[in-house]
Amino acid sequence: MNIVVCIKQVPGTTQVKINPDTGTLIRDGVEAVVNPFDEYAIEEAVRIKEKNGGTVKVITMGPPQAEAALRTAISMGADEGYLISDRAFAGSDTWATSYTLTAGIKTLGKVDLIICGKQAIDGDTAQVGPGVAEMLNIPFVAWVRKVAELNETSIKVERMMEEGYDVVEMPLPALITVVKEINEPRMASLKGKMKAKSANIVKLDTTNMEVDHELIGLKGSPTQVLRSFVPERKSSGEKISGETAELAQKAASVIQNLGIVK
Amino acid sequence: MGIKVNLEKCVGCTLCVKACAMDAITMADKKAVIDTAKCNLCAACIEACKKFQAITITKDTSSKIDVNDYKNVAVFIEQHEGKIAGVSYEMLGEGRKLADQLGEKLVAVLLGSNMGDAANDLVKYGADKVVYCDSPELVKFRDDTYCALVCEFVNSDKPAILLAGATAVGRSFIPKVAARVWGGLTADCTGLDIDKERKLLLGTRPAFGGNLMATIIAPHHRPQIATVRHKVMKAATRDDSRTGEVEIKKVDASKIVERTKILDFVKEIESTVNIAEADIIVSGGRGMGKAENFELIRDLALALGGAVGASRAAVDNGWIPYSHQVGQTGKTVCPKLYIACGISGSVQHMAGMQSSDFIIAINKDPAADIFQIANLGLVGDALQILPELTKAFKERNK
Repeated sequence: MNIVVCIKQVPGTTQVKINPDTGTLIRDGVEAVVNPFDEYAIEEAVRIKEKNGGTVKVITMGPPQAEAALRTAISMGADEGYLISDRAFAGSDTWATSYTLTAGIKTLGKVDLIICGKQAIDGDTAQVGPGVAEMLNIPFVAWVRKVAELNETSIKVERMMEEGYDVVEMPLPALITVVKEINEPRMASLKGKMKAKSANIVKLDTTNMEVDHELIGLKGSPTQVLRSFVPERKSSGEKISGETAELAQKAASVIQNLGIVK
Repeated sequence: MGIKVNLEKCVGCTLCVKACAMDAITMADKKAVIDTAKCNLCAACIEACKKFQAITITKDTSSKIDVNDYKNVAVFIEQHEGKIAGVSYEMLGEGRKLADQLGEKLVAVLLGSNMGDAANDLVKYGADKVVYCDSPELVKFRDDTYCALVCEFVNSDKPAILLAGATAVGRSFIPKVAARVWGGLTADCTGLDIDKERKLLLGTRPAFGGNLMATIIAPHHRPQIATVRHKVMKAATRDDSRTGEVEIKKVDASKIVERTKILDFVKEIESTVNIAEADIIVSGGRGMGKAENFELIRDLALALGGAVGASRAAVDNGWIPYSHQVGQTGKTVCPKLYIACGISGSVQHMAGMQSSDFIIAINKDPAADIFQIANLGLVGDALQILPELTKAFKERNK
């Protein structure tokens, strides 16, 4: 089974805080990490490999330093890392990113299953996984919480919906995006870390990938950020302490006054 | 093309350096220098440099379409088992406003079977035109089929704007539609507006778990597509005097190559209220102590007609299924009232609920972070306060 995992390097979430006084981002000790949802994707791929055999290739698009994310994935059990990096890709939105990742995946030979995290925690768009599936023209299921069955030709998964889950089957090759519930990612072993350190990361750019230059980077991106701003913080309201009955009564009257309880 | 610093205007104040989340700006000779390899063009620096206007982003495009060929606001109507999802009424309400601002029509797109009355009703909720694709294959959501039909609609009707709920369904297949038609998609919007001069959709959405807001445009591509978060927009109200056109499309959906097969659906939410659509959510965290104590949460939710939520700690302890988890790794919610019980308020949890209209926090620890965003904070034991509160509403309901 040839499995590909698409990952993204993101700023560690807890570090991205806003200074309420200046309205600027606090980046003290910001550390770049593998997008947490992608760790579930890596873990699931490695588990499938351990059970069914095969290889796990991880691919990412980003600045040269995103190589570190690929090494983290290898330390968790992935076999090969591919870094798509080229200034020509700068300014890519989710459409151009999907396009470029698709071009990168096409260099990897036969692929049976592609796994992505459900979304990246910096942009929170959840668009690149389905975008890649569409551009590769392969079937796709989002929000996978369990791979129930997998064989050479098809996969059966559980898809989380708002009120429960669907059991969905599709032929391979296919793409799934996974949610947190699917597994518990392992810590890298010492052996894994050693392997990651010496692993050869394959570099992909406009010279060794087939891309239409009209469809990459800013030119290929339909969307553009007009403005970003720090949202207005809700001023913290009233905080009261006292006897239980008193507190409950206060809460009851506040809720009552909201006029939303039928 | 791209992002540029006008060296004559740059005064070297370093505000942009602080505003940059990507660490892409450094100072050299007291002027800002942007590393374009790190920059993700989020425009935070442009906002920071409003006073001096030294940073600009210019955009070149390969799009060859004539945006003037595209007109009207289309809304994808989501249905489950023949019942129209609440979020779709919100899309109709918001879509109506946008269409009026543009002086264009509102078109509702419904995929389903045996839903003729519901299709007619969409007119009463504000649609000028309803495109109803009727086929037994459309009862259940399936990616390939829904994507194919919505793309077909986009290609034939050429809407300038397409809206859908940011639901499990919408966020699954709408990105495929955008990928196929090269449309500009903004996910999970919490605000929509129109730039009247340029006739552009302005989609505002949270990023970095709600710590940063971004307004996105797609100037040269059509349609401009947005998925919109539940409960943020006002639902359309029914007006029986409204008239409009209903176009029924007999679709032979069996001709569409559908590669996914739905074998089963297992209902999992214990109460009947879906947390993404709930107006009221009562949520429990580590402070609830044990699984049995979640009954207190359920009791209050029931008395208020709300849904049950949970923090990651409660889910990880196995007190309640993951489908109830609110937060960055769970669901993002914005009900009218969120009651956080025994939840300390991690950054990740708050990212999932801080846009709620009104927040009540109950926690023993007066220094808990959750109090910072609560409209009303009760310093006390949730295990004691919850039964009292439930009682107050039960008595009222009698």
